[in-house]
Amino acid sequence: MYVTEIFINGLIQGSLYALIAIGFTMIYGILRLINFAHGDVIMIGAFINIGLLKMSVPWPIAIACVLVLGAFIGFVIDKVAFYPMRDAPQVTGFIASLALSLLIQNLGILLFTAQPKNFSLPDFFRENIIVGGVKVTFLSIIIIFSSIILLALLLLFVHKTKMGVAMRATAENMRVARLMGIKVNTVIMVAFMIGSALAAYAGMLWGGRYGQVDPLMGFLPGLKAFVAAVIGGVGSIAGAAIGGYLLGFSEILFVGLLPGRMSGYRDAFVFGLLILILLFMPNGILGKSEEQRA
Amino acid sequence: MRIRVGTRKVPIPPLFILGVIGLIAVAIADTLLNPYIVSVISFIFLYMMLAVSLNITNGFTGLFSLGHPAFMGIGGYTAALLVFPAARKIHLLPNLPQWLSVQQWPFFPAILIGGLFAALVAFIIGYPVLRLKGHYLGVATIGTIFIMRVVFRNAEQFTRGSLGLNGIPFKSSIWWIYLFLVITVYVAWKIKFSSFGRALFAMRENEMAASSLGINVTSMKMIAFVVGAFFAGISGGLWAHLTTVITPDSFSVGLAFNIVVMVVIGGSGSITGSLVAAGGISLLIEYLRPLEEMLGLYGLGQIIISIALLLVLIFRVRGLFGTSEPKLLRNNSQRDIS
Repeated sequence: MYVTEIFINGLIQGSLYALIAIGFTMIYGILRLINFAHGDVIMIGAFINIGLLKMSVPWPIAIACVLVLGAFIGFVIDKVAFYPMRDAPQVTGFIASLALSLLIQNLGILLFTAQPKNFSLPDFFRENIIVGGVKVTFLSIIIIFSSIILLALLLLFVHKTKMGVAMRATAENMRVARLMGIKVNTVIMVAFMIGSALAAYAGMLWGGRYGQVDPLMGFLPGLKAFVAAVIGGVGSIAGAAIGGYLLGFSEILFVGLLPGRMSGYRDAFVFGLLILILLFMPNGILGKSEEQRA
Repeated sequence: MRIRVGTRKVPIPPLFILGVIGLIAVAIADTLLNPYIVSVISFIFLYMMLAVSLNITNGFTGLFSLGHPAFMGIGGYTAALLVFPAARKIHLLPNLPQWLSVQQWPFFPAILIGGLFAALVAFIIGYPVLRLKGHYLGVATIGTIFIMRVVFRNAEQFTRGSLGLNGIPFKSSIWWIYLFLVITVYVAWKIKFSSFGRALFAMRENEMAASSLGINVTSMKMIAFVVGAFFAGISGGLWAHLTTVITPDSFSVGLAFNIVVMVVIGGSGSITGSLVAAGGISLLIEYLRPLEEMLGLYGLGQIIISIALLLVLIFRVRGLFGTSEPKLLRNNSQRDIS
């Protein structure tokens, strides 16, 4: 029973990381940009959902709205910050994304204050279902299955549609893709939109799972999702999903199996893992070796 | 202006004149201005010190490190633990090991030990982390901040966990901070216009070319990183004895960001730029804080800084001064790097 519980918790945590890691990996695959502001889209998604539920929008429509508004935020982020510096060196984009991240966080503080806010989903999300002798909330089931569905849809999109093929071509070689008539900027915009929509959705689930949201909530999960993307191999979408689940499981196992006084070191474990993976397995599980990271 | 040394007349270094002007300004500030303004000036000096020391790592060498707060934290906690009166340490930190709880050091050596300890940790961390390039180094050093924060939170025996250390004796007078600022600027300046500095700049421009010209890239990177961390540790100690309270959250990614902003806006590689940008931005931070509280617009200062950085990155990537120092401050022998 304890094992089932750990398994389900790992699956939930992993789903959330996987959803967020997708955005990192898509943008990195195309632009070689580590987009720190991605984590803060999680926060925006959660706050949008609070607003929608306050206006008593029915929850299926609220979910759709979160996805659409998340995509819109991705569009804005791309146009405002990253479009003007497409040709700048890597590190410039990285600093810009940090600036954007702090900008979004502080706009959040300005608008909603730094106090954590309660995040309550409609009641039936919290009803319990017995799975394998363990009580599981309906929300957990939704997190697990909707993530799998979204990831499958994304893989279908990337492999079967024209836009998906264009996206992979751009990630492979941007200059050649442009020569072949692909509108690279549109592709990048779509990547930002998809990544942000998924992150905003993850933010809504994150808020539902932990019951509290605040303007700074997105940074750490975003950073950890980046670790997940690195584990899976930055640039590979399937890799990001796998990395997300692996990180989720190992985090839950770390807390579940080691003695209680070690559980405070959970974050240290994740970032220690990051450094080790960058050093010894810089291409992650599914990434291609093409550039120097270390 | 020239001074007589032996039989020759040599020009007085412009930096020396600037330092003396600063010293007079400090003396005037300390006697005439009220304590609040003096403490604001102290913070500005601290930020200048942080920016100049980060410039050695990020600007000169092109190692994009965000780890400064981690090293500040180490220096801050170390110095605070050494300076704390032994009689009060027993009550505040009852589980401290015997050998540490009997220590009660004077300020100056404690600060130095804090800096050295930070440098030691930087050496240990740098050994794996400095192999990473570009923005991966940035991410790994952000990871270092979080790792150190977790350590500070959990090593309750030494740090009281998230409660932090409070009631640290106020020792960082504006004179001490100015002294350390001058030392930092002097060392950075000497590094920049030395063969070592040239090697660092060469590595920044093209690592492979530098290494094929016989520069030992690995050890040069390490030295630049450790020197930066040493001064970060020192400023952490000064910080602790200026605010008199440190918690694990005092040394955050936000702080790292603000220091990086100062370096980038001033111009990566320019000491003058770091000083000017650090002065301007920390003045902005200090004076917007009361305004934020008055209007209830929390976060406004940080928003302005972030937008300023984005604008600089889009329209003037080299920052205010690029890599150069104004001619006014250089000797004739100090050729500029451009």
